[in-house]
Amino acid sequence: MLNARLYMAQRLSAMIMIPLVFGHLAVMIYAIQGGLTTAEILGRTKGSVTWFLFYGTFVAAVSVHAAIGVRVIIHETFSLKGKWLEATTWLIGALLLIMGARAVLEVTFA
Amino acid sequence: MTEARANMMISVWRGMGSTGKFETFEVPAQDNQTVLDVVTWIQQAADPSLSYRYACRVGMCGSCAMMVNGQPRWTCRTHVKRVLRDNQIEIAPLRNLPVIKDLATDMDPFFDKWVKAGGVHRASRSRDMPIQEVKPDTAQRQAADNGIECINCAVCYAACDTVSSNRDYLGPAALQRAWTLFNDEKVVDKQAVLDAVSGSGGCHNCHTQGSCTKFCPNDLDPLGSIAGLKRETAKSFFRRGSKQC
Ligand code: SF4
Ligand code: SF4
Ligand code: FES
Repeated sequence: MLNARLYMAQRLSAMIMIPLVFGHLAVMIYAIQGGLTTAEILGRTKGSVTWFLFYGTFVAAVSVHAAIGVRVIIHETFSLKGKWLEATTWLIGALLLIMGARAVLEVTFA
Repeated sequence: MTEARANMMISVWRGMGSTGKFETFEVPAQDNQTVLDVVTWIQQAADPSLSYRYACRVGMCGSCAMMVNGQPRWTCRTHVKRVLRDNQIEIAPLRNLPVIKDLATDMDPFFDKWVKAGGVHRASRSRDMPIQEVKPDTAQRQAADNGIECINCAVCYAACDTVSSNRDYLGPAALQRAWTLFNDEKVVDKQAVLDAVSGSGGCHNCHTQGSCTKFCPNDLDPLGSIAGLKRETAKSFFRRGSKQC
């Protein structure tokens, strides 16, 4: 149940995620070693367009990537196809996007 | 000279369509014996109503494939010695295909997908034009040559878990055929080949685990062919995207 477009969307979203995951890990290690408190971290992320774009892009890529991945599992495990499969794919993508967007806004919105 | 040995216990799937059960036969062991010989012995000496399929008996026609101890194999080239466990063998119809009766499966879905994947020849020249010269040593020709020894036995199709769980998936053999066409310089419309394998049952559904390549009795590499198709469809995705901009 993957056509070429979905396949490319999944591969390209993975390529976007790779550097962002490493960036996230690097920042985490840096933050812990520097002994930053939650308040200090939030002080830097809140109101920052850079961090909004960084995590916003990550959340968007995750939503696309995971929705397509779960779509494959659902089709192969439960034989769901046609418009129900389409609807489920979009629903998973939308849920991830909403949950991720909430977190990103919470951390970056001043 | 073949010397008679102790009898082997052979479990054979009996039934029509989706119902059936294993039936055990005692078959005399010989020094030199293939799994197909065993099935033939049962049909000729024990139960003439046993249905199965074969033609060439030398690994060329691709019609004798069955599940032997749960693994897909060409039975005419599978020696009993290689598969006998505790003096027993279990023989069942090929996986992933509907059973007609006993060991004979309906191969239609397999061949229908072959056609769906664009596997039919589309001539690019008429009979009045000169025969196209094909150089055997180009990299592209060699890529095509790697796949053309396929005997359509459907062993890879039976080995593929994606075929089991995704009914529309074209499967390794049909996709490998598409890859040979893509690399065949006599085929002019390459994009048509790529389009035929880019739909919802196309090459992008392959999970790259390689059971097809592991089980192909002719040592072909459908997995590699599918990887090639994925690469070329990805390139064509960007080419098309850049044309639209
Ligand atoms: S590599 Fe692909 S085609 Fe081959 S068995 Fe696995 S899923 Fe099927
Ligand atoms: S690729 Fe190999 S296993 Fe698959 S049909 Fe052809 S010869 Fe048989
Ligand atoms: S009988 Fe022809 S390949 Fe086995």
